[in-house]
Amino acid sequence: MGRNPYSPHTEADRRAMLDAIGVRSVEDLLGAIPSDARRPALGLGPGMSEIEVQAHLEGLARLNTRAGDGPFFIGGAIQRRYIPAAVPVLALRGEFLTAYTPYQPEVSQGTLQAVFEYQSLMAELLGMDVVNSSMYDGRSAVAEAAFMAVRATGRHKVVVGTEVDFSNRRVLRTYARGPEIEIVEVPTSRLAASAEGAAALIVQHPDAFGTLVDVRSIADAAHSAGALCIQVTEPHACALLEPPGPLGADIAVGEGQPLGITMSYGGPHLGIFACREALVRQMPGRIAGQTVDANGTRGFVNTLQTREQHIRREKATSNICTNEALAAITAAVYLALLGPEGLRAAARSGVAKAHALAKRLSAIPGCAVANDGPFFDRFTLRTPLGGWATRNALIERGIQVEATASHYVDGKRVGRDDVIIQCTELTSDADADALVDAVTSVSRARETVAAR
Amino acid sequence: MKALEPLLVELGRPGRNGSHVRSIDTVEIPAEFARRAPLRLPELTEPQVVRHYTHLSHFNYSVDTGMYPLGSCTMKYNPKENDRAASMFTDLHPRQSYRTTQGVLALAYELEQMLVRITGMDFVTLQPQAGAQSEFTALLVFKAYHAKRGEAKQRRRIIVPDSAHGTNPASAAMCGYEVTTVRSDARGNVDLDALKTALGPDVAGFMLTNPNTLGLFEERVREVCDAVHAVGGLVYGDGANMNALLGIARPGDLGFDCVHINVHKTFSTPHGAGGPGAGPLCVKAHLRPFLPKPWIVKESDGTYHYDTAREDRDPSPLGDSIGTVGKTLGNFGVLVRAYTYMKSLGEDGMVETSEDAILAANYLLARLRSRYQVAYDRVPMHEFVLTAAPQKKKGASALDIAKGLIDEGFHPPSVYFPLIVAEAMMIEPTETEPKETLDAFADAMVRIADRVDTDAASLHDAPTKAPLRRLDEVTAARRPILRWQLPT
Repeated sequence: MGRNPYSPHTEADRRAMLDAIGVRSVEDLLGAIPSDARRPALGLGPGMSEIEVQAHLEGLARLNTRAGDGPFFIGGAIQRRYIPAAVPVLALRGEFLTAYTPYQPEVSQGTLQAVFEYQSLMAELLGMDVVNSSMYDGRSAVAEAAFMAVRATGRHKVVVGTEVDFSNRRVLRTYARGPEIEIVEVPTSRLAASAEGAAALIVQHPDAFGTLVDVRSIADAAHSAGALCIQVTEPHACALLEPPGPLGADIAVGEGQPLGITMSYGGPHLGIFACREALVRQMPGRIAGQTVDANGTRGFVNTLQTREQHIRREKATSNICTNEALAAITAAVYLALLGPEGLRAAARSGVAKAHALAKRLSAIPGCAVANDGPFFDRFTLRTPLGGWATRNALIERGIQVEATASHYVDGKRVGRDDVIIQCTELTSDADADALVDAVTSVSRARETVAAR
Repeated sequence: MKALEPLLVELGRPGRNGSHVRSIDTVEIPAEFARRAPLRLPELTEPQVVRHYTHLSHFNYSVDTGMYPLGSCTMKYNPKENDRAASMFTDLHPRQSYRTTQGVLALAYELEQMLVRITGMDFVTLQPQAGAQSEFTALLVFKAYHAKRGEAKQRRRIIVPDSAHGTNPASAAMCGYEVTTVRSDARGNVDLDALKTALGPDVAGFMLTNPNTLGLFEERVREVCDAVHAVGGLVYGDGANMNALLGIARPGDLGFDCVHINVHKTFSTPHGAGGPGAGPLCVKAHLRPFLPKPWIVKESDGTYHYDTAREDRDPSPLGDSIGTVGKTLGNFGVLVRAYTYMKSLGEDGMVETSEDAILAANYLLARLRSRYQVAYDRVPMHEFVLTAAPQKKKGASALDIAKGLIDEGFHPPSVYFPLIVAEAMMIEPTETEPKETLDAFADAMVRIADRVDTDAASLHDAPTKAPLRRLDEVTAARRPILRWQLPT
């Protein structure tokens, strides 16, 4: 057998294949490669057995502190939420996991129906007309939405609120360097007044800090000025808050990871992308549609493909090819298992815990909730020590929180120096107690120093 | 309407509640923000959901089901140990401190070093989440490189061969470039004369897949790269076909300025019914300053941190970097699988992988060449392209042959790509199919060729053994139904 653990060929097979080709060795098949560039030494070392590899990986994994190893309050678009046991069992079935893009619909109905159902579930949750089968992540979805607005309006300026998560703004600014779209950042409170000449206003609700935002007035201002309104949102929030469609959003985007997808240090995740029906032919990405087969049986195909790169090449609405279909299927399984009440329950749990925690934390001398208005399931806390120092002091105590100071765009820190506390249904009472104790302790030390 | 499987919405009944998350919490959402739209999600029990998705999975063909010779997609076996390795890194948030994620950074750093060695490049970014995003990233890098030299305004064009993947021109257009297409020559290479005619001081770069989409190694690849460099342009390597080159040849030794890797192709990560993938971008040193940030830094004591996120000091400015295109380490869960695969194979295993991929393609071609016409009759690398033009004249198109293969129990090859071959059938067997499977596939192709000779029209009805017959794609596009209709 071979040197590769997955090689199927016996020496006799190899010989028979070479004989059938009419060559003595594989070397004879490499004639087109410049001889001085052929077979370079890579310096990679020998392979490892499965036992050795798994032990090596376990060793690397042990160097990490997992979110579940202690009280954990980091969140934002990517959230530590409960994943029902049935989700990975179903979504990671080999028939989904090891298939590819459904180019042959007759043997891909599992994928196509599951994606069609994802689109249907997500459209209902967002209150939007059309959802595509997925983008890479929430960030690239924001950038693609901006590009779509530029195509739809013929304008080249996009205005984005500074309370849109910094990671979205970073990727947006990077993408915009390509087609040279002007990106203007203004506080969310000034978005409505900045619509003149814009292709789109981009608003996040709930915003990066958890604050609820009046999207309606921003959408109205956008529409009066001939611009589109792009809302960045979160799936669990849509279960309790009026969703983007009824608020007036023309395009809704967001990170779908909280819907049963593991955090996995950032990916693979799910870019949610939805729009109004009138804009569908400007939409990027694959879309599954319902049809019938030659016998009149219901079936599904990838449709409206004349938008896509493999047909339209440089005139396509996007270059996206490989997407995150498996993540879309995972999200659909999650939504099917939870149902409307389960989803609302998960969302309510995070909101209730966040509000209870905010009350306790703001009772600590020197601490105050720093959101500009009502918040959802995360909030910012001003502390005597400052957010960055508090965050670092909490890491020493085994508690992980995020600080607004780590939010930088183009290498510059922006915003205030607070901590951000995200709660979900996995936030336990013990976690909350530990956080309150730790913040009390590090804040008291500081207050004592200040009093001296 | 007849259906293979009901939709979730047809299975649900109001009042069936999933009990996965039970909350008695009451919250007060301010009235002006509270959801007023109904939330009409289906209500199902867990056993219903399990059966629904298990049924759906049975309607899918996959690598775990059988041979999947989809050209250009490298549908090789996806080792299960890689999935287990990925499961060790799931409970980690990308905004955790570098101090709590040293294992992540160590793995990512070593993966970058391995990719440097495999491609012959100097530096790597792991951010791009798929090949197409890597193309876009590279073109942003090209733009920044030319801007640094004061030539951004001047260099407005990207050249692509007519055999290129659609993503290449689409990425160039998305990056604000004009696209010029150059033809291929009679041997399936880029036509060097046509390329030289197209080149000029307004060219930002050239995008080349090697082996190209015909499965052929570009015979004058160095001359091609030299010609582009001579006018100040950069050469982008589309690494979609790197499965032919592991330890066989390195893009960095052939004149490319950068190359992307589709780890879901070359490094065996599962394709996930359309994604996720991951597309690390590997570049020569002169392009490094423009790579996305942050970069992983290894200290002399063996610890790691990010250059822009060192937490005890202000982040360094972006400098010449284009910014950020995705998550800090892209689709990290996919990259863990690729890393695990690379560690399993080691250098010898990688070389054998590519040798076997080349062997399998050439063997299959040898078995088929008496019954099918080869588009460009040269020694292919890991895949080859047939033309069904002769069969088309007899009444069966490449699509008919593809559907016939479904009835033979195989996933069809890629059809109608590359665009420069009429009735193209692009076949990539991969190195993980044993000889008897390759023989069975060849036998099936021969039986179909026989059918074309005797009764081509019978193929118009294929498939008859798949879950569904051919689907009406025209109506689907003309009157789109893109979500289920709720009973009113």
